[in-house]
Amino acid sequence: MNLFTLIFAYLKARPLNTLLNILLLSLGIAMITILLLFSNQLQQKIADNTKGIDLVVGAKGSPLQLILCNVFHIDFPTGNIKLQEADRLAKHRLVKSAIPMALGDSYQNYRIVGTTHAYADLYKAELETGVWWRHDMEVTIGATAARLLNLKLGDTFASAHGLSEAGHAHEEHPFVVKGILKPTFSVLDNLILTNVSSIWLVHEHNGDEHEIIKPDSLNASVLIPTAFASDSTRELTALLLKYRNPIAAIQLPRYINSQTNMQAASPSFEAARLFSILGVGIDALTGFAYMLIFISALSIFIALYNSLKERKYDLAIMRSMGAGRSKLLWATQLEGVVLTFCGSVLGVALGHMVLFLFTTLVTESQTAGVNAFVFYIEELYILVASVILGIICSLIPSFQAYRTDIHKVLAQG
Amino acid sequence: MIRTRSLSYRYNSEKEIAFADLEIASGDQFLLLGESGSGKTTLLHLLGGLLKNQHGTIEVNGTSVSALRESELDRFRGKHYGFIFQRNHLLAALTVEQNLLMAPYLAGLNQDMIRVNEVLEQLGIADQKKKRIQELSLGQTQRVAIARAVLNKPSVILADEPTSALDDKNCDRVSELLISVAKQNQATLIIATHDQRLKNRIHNLIQL
Repeated sequence: MNLFTLIFAYLKARPLNTLLNILLLSLGIAMITILLLFSNQLQQKIADNTKGIDLVVGAKGSPLQLILCNVFHIDFPTGNIKLQEADRLAKHRLVKSAIPMALGDSYQNYRIVGTTHAYADLYKAELETGVWWRHDMEVTIGATAARLLNLKLGDTFASAHGLSEAGHAHEEHPFVVKGILKPTFSVLDNLILTNVSSIWLVHEHNGDEHEIIKPDSLNASVLIPTAFASDSTRELTALLLKYRNPIAAIQLPRYINSQTNMQAASPSFEAARLFSILGVGIDALTGFAYMLIFISALSIFIALYNSLKERKYDLAIMRSMGAGRSKLLWATQLEGVVLTFCGSVLGVALGHMVLFLFTTLVTESQTAGVNAFVFYIEELYILVASVILGIICSLIPSFQAYRTDIHKVLAQG
Repeated sequence: MIRTRSLSYRYNSEKEIAFADLEIASGDQFLLLGESGSGKTTLLHLLGGLLKNQHGTIEVNGTSVSALRESELDRFRGKHYGFIFQRNHLLAALTVEQNLLMAPYLAGLNQDMIRVNEVLEQLGIADQKKKRIQELSLGQTQRVAIARAVLNKPSVILADEPTSALDDKNCDRVSELLISVAKQNQATLIIATHDQRLKNRIHNLIQL
């Protein structure tokens, strides 16, 4: 016999009540856990995906859209910019490096990105099999895209215009898979990478076959060495810039926004803005979760309070058998703590399980790269907080237990 | 050995009961008789250390109970007393065995299963060990309550109206059990009651 046997016997004596209290609390905790996992991983993803990109330059429009489109690949392009202008910017003294981005096509919802190898280097991508793209119409694809599209080395596919499945297919220019990347746990996993000129090639109309003359080092574009710097027909979707020095952070966006036809947007700034918008929803859900926890705490308090009334003879008789006041106080406290601790352990487990089910059953969520089996230190805080919650819930009941007047109770009969 | 000197208890500003000095030798059996409101329960609770703030002194086995601090009193109760009440006050959430083990656990003594079996054997309820309290008959629960009171081999057993709710047959059985169990465990037995039927069995009387 010990305190735990006694407490579990008491909890087992009212199985439905105990179950209800544990479930109620675990629902609130599960919700908190899911939100925690989700927002932490989202923040991490955002940080990972914007790493190494100081500024995105594209056609004028919404800066958030520019970032969502060119960094996170979830929105549509704002429009195109001239290669000539982009080239000029790439040579600017405040720009350390510039990566061209040509978007607009997709294959079964997976985006085809015309870019350079520098873009893949940004996410430290490594090849799983095959090689990097070298020539036109060769692609290297991200791990998730390869898996879900079931593409292997040597497979060919025709891209579709636009970023949804319904687009017009460019069947006359099939792409061929040359390489598949290892998972990078970034946006790269969902992309199909090729060179910029492939994108141009796909969009050329059969009539105006382009000149075969290759530019030499004197008149070639900085960004796309296979194109003429003077070619006024060529366009890109955006440029990903890296600053040469801190001064660039102040001067460059202002210069681009006022002196050129393009706009500049900072990924970290826009991501923070986006997160503050999302934050409202997360806050609302968190508020709801806390309300659930509050109600369950109230329910645990009421259950303890009521059961203590039923147990007043138990308490008195235990005192008569030698139990001190403090032992009864601890027993009641422990009962509250056992309830809340069980509830929160179940809740944390439930949170991970729900997220696991969600990520396995909903394919779209896999592209978001949310992992159900990542554990955060905050979950430990949740467990600690639940112990404190248990102590608070049982504060009044345990004080009552402490104050039990044995003579009065036992003299009653 | 129980000895009281000029013991009195004040309920409120008007009502105060003074008790005659008592001297009870170890192993004696006494009946504390009196009408309701005569102070039987009060005296029993004072002797058992369940009630404090009295005037006068109480000495049990050489220890001045009246001088003990509350936590010392708790421990003293656990080791030296066994209580039996009119209602059995068993812990309904626990089994018979667990109820009995509460006695040594709360008193801070060894939880000796051999002793538990011995007492259950003495009271003829060994086969009920694993049952829950709700599954027992009234007679059986009374035996469990008695078993719990004697488990720690207390030197004093205090019983408050153990028979007043029982018919003659059960009254006989319970008093018989109490007396014999107290003897087997060499305990002093004091029964507070207004039940005149017990007079036939215990002849030492304290009339209030």
